[in-house]
Amino acid sequence: MTTQSSTEYEKYYVPEKSKLAVCATIGLISSTFGAANVMNDMTFGDGATTGSWGIFWFGLFFFSATLFGWFRMAIKENLAGMNSAQLKKSYVLGMFWFIFSEVMFFLAFFGALFYVRTLVGPWLAGEGEGGRMNHLLWEGFNYQWPMPLTPQEAVGGVANQPVANMGTFQSYEQSMAFGEAAAWYLWLPMWNTIVLLSSSFTVHVAHMGLLDGNKRKFNIWLGITVALGMLFVALQALEYYEAYAHFGLTLNSGIYGSTFFMLTGFHGFHVIMGMTMLLIQWLRSVRGGHFTADDHFGFEASSWYWHFVDVVWVFLFLFVYIL
Amino acid sequence: MGDHHHGPAKGLSRWLFTTNHKDIGTMYLWFSFSMFILGGAFAMIIRAELFQPGMQLVEPAFFNQMTTLHGLVMVFGAIMPSFVGLANWMIPMMIGAPDMALPRMNNWSFWILPPAFLILAGTLFMEGGAPNFGWTFYAPLSTTYAPPSVTYFIFSIHVLGLSSIMGSINIIATVMNMRAPGMTYMKMPLFVWTWLITAFLLVAVMPVLAGAVTMMLMDIHFGTSFFSAAGGGDPVLFQHIFWFFGHPEVYIIILPAFGVVSQIIPTFARKPLFGYDSMVYATAAIAFLSFIVWAHHMYTVGMPVAGELFFMYATMLIAVPTGVKVFNWVTTMWRGAMTFETPMLFCMGFLVLFTIGGFTGLMLSIAPADFQYHDSYFVVAHFHYVMVAGAVFSMSAAVYYWLPKWCGRMYNETMGKTHFWISFIGFNITFFPQHFVGLAGMPRRIPDYALQFADFNMMSSIGAFIYGASQILFLYNVIATIVAGKPTSEAKTWEGAEGLEWTVATPAPYHTFETPPQVR
Ligand code: HEM
Ligand SMILES: [Cu+2]
Repeated sequence: MTTQSSTEYEKYYVPEKSKLAVCATIGLISSTFGAANVMNDMTFGDGATTGSWGIFWFGLFFFSATLFGWFRMAIKENLAGMNSAQLKKSYVLGMFWFIFSEVMFFLAFFGALFYVRTLVGPWLAGEGEGGRMNHLLWEGFNYQWPMPLTPQEAVGGVANQPVANMGTFQSYEQSMAFGEAAAWYLWLPMWNTIVLLSSSFTVHVAHMGLLDGNKRKFNIWLGITVALGMLFVALQALEYYEAYAHFGLTLNSGIYGSTFFMLTGFHGFHVIMGMTMLLIQWLRSVRGGHFTADDHFGFEASSWYWHFVDVVWVFLFLFVYIL
Repeated sequence: MGDHHHGPAKGLSRWLFTTNHKDIGTMYLWFSFSMFILGGAFAMIIRAELFQPGMQLVEPAFFNQMTTLHGLVMVFGAIMPSFVGLANWMIPMMIGAPDMALPRMNNWSFWILPPAFLILAGTLFMEGGAPNFGWTFYAPLSTTYAPPSVTYFIFSIHVLGLSSIMGSINIIATVMNMRAPGMTYMKMPLFVWTWLITAFLLVAVMPVLAGAVTMMLMDIHFGTSFFSAAGGGDPVLFQHIFWFFGHPEVYIIILPAFGVVSQIIPTFARKPLFGYDSMVYATAAIAFLSFIVWAHHMYTVGMPVAGELFFMYATMLIAVPTGVKVFNWVTTMWRGAMTFETPMLFCMGFLVLFTIGGFTGLMLSIAPADFQYHDSYFVVAHFHYVMVAGAVFSMSAAVYYWLPKWCGRMYNETMGKTHFWISFIGFNITFFPQHFVGLAGMPRRIPDYALQFADFNMMSSIGAFIYGASQILFLYNVIATIVAGKPTSEAKTWEGAEGLEWTVATPAPYHTFETPPQVR
């Protein structure tokens, strides 16, 4: 059936033994264990969290340092010419399927949003088969999205449940939804959308520059992209501040606050990750002179990630803010 | 680094720092076996308590912790890692690759598993006890009413998920990118195919599970209302998200088992697999369908009738590609020159018992009938027929089948056959009666039961002890083989075996296919 192939075949680089995995494990496990300790101290314990924070920060630091070393090593191997075309393709595939898994993570939260908005809300308010128990459970609850009044508030409190509206979120006008058409230019999410969409464009321009071998153009446009990312995060922080300080809209404001903050929060976290990735590529290019027209996977992977974050935002804008 | 051939390093550092797919595969296999023993110990406690009606040995609260940990450890600790270990060992050898595509990440995917399970098992000693809400951890049992250890449970699920995702990305990259010249997709061994599709399933649903436990975490510690109707959420939302992960998960467990059986039956029937193409398409069809049937676990939760019907018909559809597979296996054996060495015996056991499990699945898929069966021991019988007689039997078959290739020594055939027959008999004594008590209305996850169920439960418990004991024999046989088995250096252990893994030396050298073979 087989013989050794006679054709010349590029050797696939299988790295030697490496301590990276064990170090990354120590970091990851310590940080998650520490985080669990902190949360339990807060929720179930006496609130003293000092030791737990220590474990968490140690883990996080160790983990970040390991990842830094890991990527550094991968970059060095590539610069040393150890990576065959085939190995590079493995990296491409790895990145692609990693992004796919991230898409599925967001899907869980979008799924929760759709399910609550189309089914749970009306049922809680007594509609259809699912609402048969309304008169026993949530008499007087009216479904509206954004949901200013939770079922718990509608019936004046429920034993055994945490208070579902610790802020004083109470009006549609003060939600994050788009209220008055006249004031669109005052509406923060609109600006966020503009900022993030343009950053997807600028990163593309940077890529074009790189493909033309124009490193100056690449550096400038990539720099602009990172700056736009920072602007987005700043605006998002401002929006959260508004929500907490002026709207009484918090994580605890019932399901509207839950979905709003979890979706935008995870997205914001991914923006920060993507931005950091792009920043590192920028530093590599500006300071280290990395990347050529035909070898720039680090940048390409980061830019895919950035486009992915952007697409998620488009859906967020549509389903969280507008509709 | 150079071009010289090098063997494994000495000592502990070989295992800690390795990037070798065979080392990593070995670690996965041993780890999963130790989890199998741990989960088995929990099961023995459960069966000991249920030996007789009335409260015998343990507190109800502890009983709940046992059912929960048993399920979690078996699913996430025993079955899934065992197949990842098999994938690590076999896929590169089957497609003619020098190693897995991303070897350092491969090592990392393994090493985060043991500490995650250490934390999970450690919850037993925490204040308030271990998780007690069942392996399906339905809210609000797992949120509002959960013991504090739930936080550790959540983070260990996160870590396990991360491990699975990285492992699957590695497998996908390996299969898509590292096949030897001439190894086209439709020439790949079925084990590789089923794992490729399983890996897609894993990358698609493990993040959803991560989303579910994240929502739990937020509900518990940060006051969100995902699973609380009081705040406008819904506990049923949890079930939807969980089963959107959970049903594909059961196919994640069984598809690699299908792959194993598809490798072994042709070997001992000395005929090529019947209907290779249809096997591939059936696997893909099962994977696709597994995304649109999740609510068959929730028929009794109060879904709209349209939902019940949709999920009922979609579920029944899955039986079609599954049937295709069973018929193909049977047809492969038709007029074959069959012999029944231990791996083949386990595959026969698989075939008969998995088919029974498929039939009970079909019974459960009928929504109105499921109102009677749901949450009864009938369901317990169903999923043990598919998961133990399906996944675990095929895993035993795989170990016997490839063990000579792995360590260059032959296992003791008599002991192997004894292991099979004791397992087969013990398994059926344990789980067959559970169909009857289930149909008669005995609920699952209870430490005590009505008197009319006493006889069958005693049978179940005796069977469970027999089955448990037979695994000790398995462990002994494997260790005895590795230490002192009859040395064999035949490249092809089984005369009917086909595939690249049988072209390399026995025992398989530390590095195989450093230059790819040419496949014709
Ligand atoms: C013909 C194929 C199958 C069909 C039609 C089917 C159908 C079902 C249905 C309707 C239930 C829900 C019963 C209830 O809770 O009332 C169920 C439960 C279950 N099935 Fe299957 N099944 C099939 C194959 C499998 C396979 C291959 C596996 C795993 C290897 C599996 C594992 C499970 C598990 C673990 C549960 C119980 C989950 C729990 O509640 O703890 N099934 N099955
Ligand atoms: Cu299912």
